[in-house]
Amino acid sequence: MCEMRNRRWVLAVFLLCIEFCLRIEAFKFHRTQQTERISGSAGDVLEDDPFGRLKVFVYELPSKYNKKILQKDPRCLNHMFAAEIYMHRFLLSSPVRTLNPEEADWFYTPVYTTCDLTPNGLPLPFKSPRMMRSAIQLISSNWPYWNRTEGADHFFITPHDFGACFHYLEEKAIERGILHLLQRATLVQTFGQRNHVCLKDDSIIIPPYAPPQKMQAHLIPPSTPRSIFVYFRGLFYDVGNDPEGGYYARGARASVWENFKDNPLFDISTEHPTTYYEDMQRAVFCLCPLGWAPWSPRLVEAVIFGCIPVIIADDIVLPFADAIPWEEIGVFVAEKDVPKLDTILTSIPIDEILKKQRLLANPSMKQAMLFPQPAQPRDAFHQILNGLARKLPHDKRVYLKSGDKFLNWTAGPVADLKPW
Amino acid sequence: MKQLTALQQQNRRSNSFRNGSSPLDSTVDGAIKSPATIFWLVIHGLCCLISLVLGFRFSRLVFFLFFSTSSSPSTTTIYSPIQETLPFSIPGRVPVERNMSRVVVGRHGILIRPWPHPDPVEVMKAHKIIERVQMEQRSEYGVKSPRTVIAITPTYVRTFQTLHLTGVMHSLMNVHHDLVWIVVEAGGVTNETASLIRKSGLRILHVGFDGKMPVLWEDRHKLESKMRLHGLRVVKEQRLDGIVMFADDSNMHSLELFDEIQNVRWIGAVSVGILAHSGGSEDGELQMVGGEDSEKEEKKSQVPVQGPACNSSNHLVGWHTFNTQPFLERSARYIGDRAIVLPRKLEWAGFVLNSRLLWEERLNRPVWVREIEEVGTDGEDVESPLSLLKDTSVVEPLGSCGRKIMLWWLRVEARADSKFPARWIIDPPLDITVPAKRTPWPDAPPELPSSSVEKVIITQENTEKRATKNTPRKKRSSRKRKHTTKVLDEHITSTKHSGDN
Repeated sequence: MCEMRNRRWVLAVFLLCIEFCLRIEAFKFHRTQQTERISGSAGDVLEDDPFGRLKVFVYELPSKYNKKILQKDPRCLNHMFAAEIYMHRFLLSSPVRTLNPEEADWFYTPVYTTCDLTPNGLPLPFKSPRMMRSAIQLISSNWPYWNRTEGADHFFITPHDFGACFHYLEEKAIERGILHLLQRATLVQTFGQRNHVCLKDDSIIIPPYAPPQKMQAHLIPPSTPRSIFVYFRGLFYDVGNDPEGGYYARGARASVWENFKDNPLFDISTEHPTTYYEDMQRAVFCLCPLGWAPWSPRLVEAVIFGCIPVIIADDIVLPFADAIPWEEIGVFVAEKDVPKLDTILTSIPIDEILKKQRLLANPSMKQAMLFPQPAQPRDAFHQILNGLARKLPHDKRVYLKSGDKFLNWTAGPVADLKPW
Repeated sequence: MKQLTALQQQNRRSNSFRNGSSPLDSTVDGAIKSPATIFWLVIHGLCCLISLVLGFRFSRLVFFLFFSTSSSPSTTTIYSPIQETLPFSIPGRVPVERNMSRVVVGRHGILIRPWPHPDPVEVMKAHKIIERVQMEQRSEYGVKSPRTVIAITPTYVRTFQTLHLTGVMHSLMNVHHDLVWIVVEAGGVTNETASLIRKSGLRILHVGFDGKMPVLWEDRHKLESKMRLHGLRVVKEQRLDGIVMFADDSNMHSLELFDEIQNVRWIGAVSVGILAHSGGSEDGELQMVGGEDSEKEEKKSQVPVQGPACNSSNHLVGWHTFNTQPFLERSARYIGDRAIVLPRKLEWAGFVLNSRLLWEERLNRPVWVREIEEVGTDGEDVESPLSLLKDTSVVEPLGSCGRKIMLWWLRVEARADSKFPARWIIDPPLDITVPAKRTPWPDAPPELPSSSVEKVIITQENTEKRATKNTPRKKRSSRKRKHTTKVLDEHITSTKHSGDN
């Protein structure tokens, strides 16, 4: 009798365990499924409409965080980091915006961290961590929503070279790591490289900003025959910062130059022609190698102009990877395979090349890469909102119970703690 | 501090800055953390001094590798390249990375394959890919249902026939649409022309036309018109369906022309650029008064254009023609004359017709076209296809209303009595070369209208000399009559030298 009861207990406990484990597995599976939907069909996911699926509350920060910075240097509107400014403007007048924070699913903090420009136009990230910290301190003291979840339902746009690591040197960026206060928030950034410190698992990767009107103005008739095989314009050696080569682009760009500089199929040089956009439309393949950071606006330009992007950047994570089937559109070449680039490109079956061109001609693909003003359906703004909507509903566990604290407000380099 | 960073950033060309500034960065951050950074500062200063002395950037990596004991978070490594060209790439130690990415930060080798030059097999493959891509583009964005192009070319056997006809032939061979080439030859069908055009691989109708080509330009223009009408009659007899265009043998055609003429309904007109050849006259640049829609807006001379003139709503209102008034005195009279060859008011080449105009049933044909048999009879001089129409306002202007020029007219001919080897083949090679100084120089113009053959011809001399091994001279000897005087002297001296050696 005792054994029977024991066995029944054991069985019950066993069943409970299994159920528990299964639920955890299911939960885990669900989680991974959410972030790795890479081969989703382009059609329906790109066409998703975020309206009605989420509500965003925009914090009213004092203008020293956004407007004044922009007034000081209006060049921020045209460089490749301008997505943060245009996203702010889009959200202010978008139907997903709500003025009632209680019903908001996501909270947006408009702080322009990439607008401190050198005379040459490149952003300095030295003050950005302090700016971000100061903004977070402001919102956590004036509104209760940050402390409610310690930022888990907040998102920030950090379009700088290495995202929220706020440094342009990769070694330094890795050393700094992602700003500690942002570790529970969702980051919308351009940088993406697998297994990298500066990429959080649940970040949304966006394309860098490319001026849509300028590109539209340079369109040529699509019947113009594509007569250039491979096209690239840009630096191969960064003589100012890395004269020996080998650091810049991990030597990949230098390798392209050394192997193919006398090859008639490769139209590559360091010039800045005025017909750059037109030339891209007359090329079959456009090289998009890494530079100091793995991402570059060339990808956007290639997609817009129908030139098949040849991506030479190991482990890169491309924008909207769960909506755009990059494997089917572009060609991925490992950095160590660059000397064989001509063999690789000419051995792609012609049907595949034609298929890629047809996919690229799809207007929804081009729309998803652009930040047009005013916003249009299915453009990059909407893809960001789609990405945010796909993360909903928030897991119950992000809402902290009283007394729980995850964030250490004094973590990070000492210099970051200074007020801004 | 701001100044320091600003100064540093002067060097930034791209997203990031070189490693050299990292020790300075730590000072920027305001905290000198450890003796290691002081050590790095000292090394950096030392390297700067050495670089100043030596004149190039002395890599601190040398020091790093000599004195490396301290660990830095990023490790420099170079995996073995196939071939290195850098004098300073120094192999480092391979790191052990656990959860980190496979991609290592730091200096990498520049991979170069053993023979970094184009491989002809790859180049061929790439060209095939490009061809296929362009074919796809054409079917996608180009002309949807292309009609056959019927090209009518009047020609006759003369020195420059090979030159001109080859040009037209190659243009027609590159046309992507179906093509029928009607070659009308004055003086009947000859083997010379037939052997030339057979090489094209096109569908050809080679018809003869009775009557020798006259020597005067005016008569030649008239005969050519008759030959073209004869070609049109062939089209009618054979009921060829397509678009008729006139490809004169010395004209230059752009391939866009053949795509543009697919848009014609019944009869269309394109703009023709007139390259009236100045023929070595001393007047220098050609001062032209021509169409306002010329493509080349040069200060001194504009290329005159013949073609349709449109108003702002792109309707045909008139014609731009060539103003021959200023040149009548100086114009060439006979073929080979060293003067400007003038085109007629409107050249045939600027018009395209739907072939159905010629043979379609009267019911389906528009009312404004005359029968082809009526035209050109009783010695009527048909100057342009407009004579085929009763009402000239129905002509459709093509090429964005004549603004785009896809066709150029030029007449360059050697003298009618100039001789050339049959089919431009010298077989067997000439054994005897005759020194030219005994040859009387034919400065006298040929007798008109008949051309006499007894005069010794300079071109013959040229070809003979070419047979002797003066290959480098070939480039300089030109067939144009006006240059042969100078060239011949050099030839004479050269043969003298070769004779002496």
